[in-house]
Amino acid sequence: MTETKMTKSMTGAKMVVQALKDQGVDVVFGYPGGAVLPIYDEIFQQNAIRHILVRHEQGAVHMAEGYARSTGKPGVVLVTSGPGATNAVTGMVDALMDSIPLVVLTGQVPTFMIGSDAFQEADTVGITRPATKHNWLVKETDRLSETLHQAFHVATHGRPGPVLVDIPKDVQFATGTYTPPQAAGTKHYAPKVKGDIDTITALVEAMETAERPVFYTGGGVINSGPAASQLLREFVEATGFPITSTLMGLGSYPASGDKWLGMLGMHGLYEANLAMHGCDLMINVGARFDDRITGRIADFSPRSRKAHIDIDPSSINKVIHADFPIIGDVAHVLEDMLRIWKSRGRKVNSEGLAKWWKQIEDWRKVDCLKFKPSEKTIKPQHALQRLEALTKDHDRYITTEVGQHQMWAAQYLGFEDPNRWMTSGGLGTMGYGLPASIGVQIAHPDALVINVAGEASWLMNMQEMGTAVQYRAPVKQFILNNERLGMVRQWQELLHGERYSHSWSESLPDFVKLAEAFGGKGIQCSDPADLDDAIKEMLAYDGPVIFDCLVEKHENCFPMIPSGKAHNEMLLGEADTQGAIGATGAVLV
Amino acid sequence: MSALKLKKGASSHSAYDLRDPHGNVIERHTLAAIVDNEAGVLARVIGLFSGRGYNIESLTVAEIDHTGHRSRITVVTTGTPQVIEQIKAQLGRIVPVHEVHDLTVEGPAVQRELALFKVAGQGDKRVEALRLADIFRANVVDSTLESFVFEITGTSEKIDAFADLMRPLGLIEMARTGVAALSRGA
Repeated sequence: MTETKMTKSMTGAKMVVQALKDQGVDVVFGYPGGAVLPIYDEIFQQNAIRHILVRHEQGAVHMAEGYARSTGKPGVVLVTSGPGATNAVTGMVDALMDSIPLVVLTGQVPTFMIGSDAFQEADTVGITRPATKHNWLVKETDRLSETLHQAFHVATHGRPGPVLVDIPKDVQFATGTYTPPQAAGTKHYAPKVKGDIDTITALVEAMETAERPVFYTGGGVINSGPAASQLLREFVEATGFPITSTLMGLGSYPASGDKWLGMLGMHGLYEANLAMHGCDLMINVGARFDDRITGRIADFSPRSRKAHIDIDPSSINKVIHADFPIIGDVAHVLEDMLRIWKSRGRKVNSEGLAKWWKQIEDWRKVDCLKFKPSEKTIKPQHALQRLEALTKDHDRYITTEVGQHQMWAAQYLGFEDPNRWMTSGGLGTMGYGLPASIGVQIAHPDALVINVAGEASWLMNMQEMGTAVQYRAPVKQFILNNERLGMVRQWQELLHGERYSHSWSESLPDFVKLAEAFGGKGIQCSDPADLDDAIKEMLAYDGPVIFDCLVEKHENCFPMIPSGKAHNEMLLGEADTQGAIGATGAVLV
Repeated sequence: MSALKLKKGASSHSAYDLRDPHGNVIERHTLAAIVDNEAGVLARVIGLFSGRGYNIESLTVAEIDHTGHRSRITVVTTGTPQVIEQIKAQLGRIVPVHEVHDLTVEGPAVQRELALFKVAGQGDKRVEALRLADIFRANVVDSTLESFVFEITGTSEKIDAFADLMRPLGLIEMARTGVAALSRGA
């Protein structure tokens, strides 16, 4: 950094571009409008930062999420004031729930008009205060660059999350002094990354004697970076402990690994949930005991001691009491755990473990993902099995929308590496997958990016097909089309006396024509015999594809732990569903 | 725990932490947060309480360090021990919050509130109000022929007691600051 640059004077709009460059940003997802025109003018006059013009601001945020989750870098969004900002809110809450680092820049009406109900004015920092990890309204150009650097710092340190910087138009026009990243005051926000060594040692001692241990891992492993996944794999292999993961953590341990039990939770695998229920030592690494995971709290893993490793102190003891609470970054804590375990002689309870694995093998024999095949209609599970078989050797990234297809994707697709699986977990945002897939493809232009979708979710942000075509992002939209809101329908069947209130998709577009209308390719498949060829046709096409896979309309997603039930009260198939959900479960979601 | 009839949050006066972390006993705690004095910081704290369904019994905020731009927010809240721990952890992760102290468990603390009472009346009631104010060491800060404004400082319980006494004597308006609290000793 040269002396002249240290004290450089420039307009606020220029500062925004300069700060993004200094933060290593290469892509911004955005949509222009009156209150951000000065920034767009600066973007026009440079080439270092690529701007992706979306079709709706929600799409911009989900694209940034896909970009962030697949690269480990923060995603950046630029939108205008008022409706630009309010349209971005859903994406920010989504990122907040799933701990995705985002920096969202919003234009604002000039400072002298704030509070006057000006055109396209909204109280953006007020509206987004509970939707972000932190937000700022910048009222002086001299404070702008430092605030932007702090925004990046906060988004990416501690538990990652979305931040927002609201920039009034007069602040963009005015000239001020640019503060480079190194000079920005970011020291105050420094969450602890090293775990308490005494607690870690106590946990290692418990691991040495545990008869029925299980690793329960989550999105925190992926957020911690590649080193965390590497350490986790080493630890699992060295101890021989079984491992399961939440929806958010898939890929941190390879699905092909022999210690892998599959995903746990409401639609998790039988062996994973029963291992959680029956374990005597649960090692939670970067997960948060979400209600989709625990089921009925009172009966959650009743005989285990529980360790909880989380960088966010508020996650510890929030839902489930931790016997070994460890506040710290997953990679740092695993490194210490592994070192201490090795230095104490790499001990495990081999006899207990052997029995435990025998029990797990018995559970595995239940083969909970089996389904009734059909030669007439495409079963959604079969479609995903074929997709898996035909794409697993590709450099592949998967995104999803929200619903049955999402759970089937988690069950039937295998993830070998972290950052390869982008899905809306905490908020469950329908409409996430298409824009997320574009964000991933922008970050990885040569990779195969597939959005496994349901037709209803997909329609929620279908306008982004235009973005995919414009930027030649060859995303594959693999739509499991059952003409139903499948998960809603499933719950109505189980809980509401089969009264299917508004849970079907009528007046659906012709997806093949729709793809063509956007300038992409459309493929429809309804016969299981044609499926492989159709998938191959999709993969061979160098451009965006909408694959309309017409599947069985009334297939339910199993296994399922109904709301308000414990892990050992799982439904494995249609035969188990009679009267499965009681009145108390019905009020839960 | 409940059988011991311990005062709420009384563990600081024992050699052991007698509170059951999973207990369902509702405790009252006084929390102090040192925060950056910046726009919206109070809204963040209040939004946390309302958004997550926590109680606020009283809330006091003022700048305490002008050059350092620091304010002190004192919150009196109630909840089970688990909820109180959550509140502290959630407060601690708000970016402009620098420190969170639980004055109820961190050792002895001084807690004071200031209140103004407007009492209107004549004759015996007026004399009685003035006499009781003297007993409570309340100051008369305004007087007309038909009314007094008393200023009283003390614990919330003392102010409650004074209010109970003033009500039949013509209490017509009251303003309370909420609790300010500091730990004892250095």
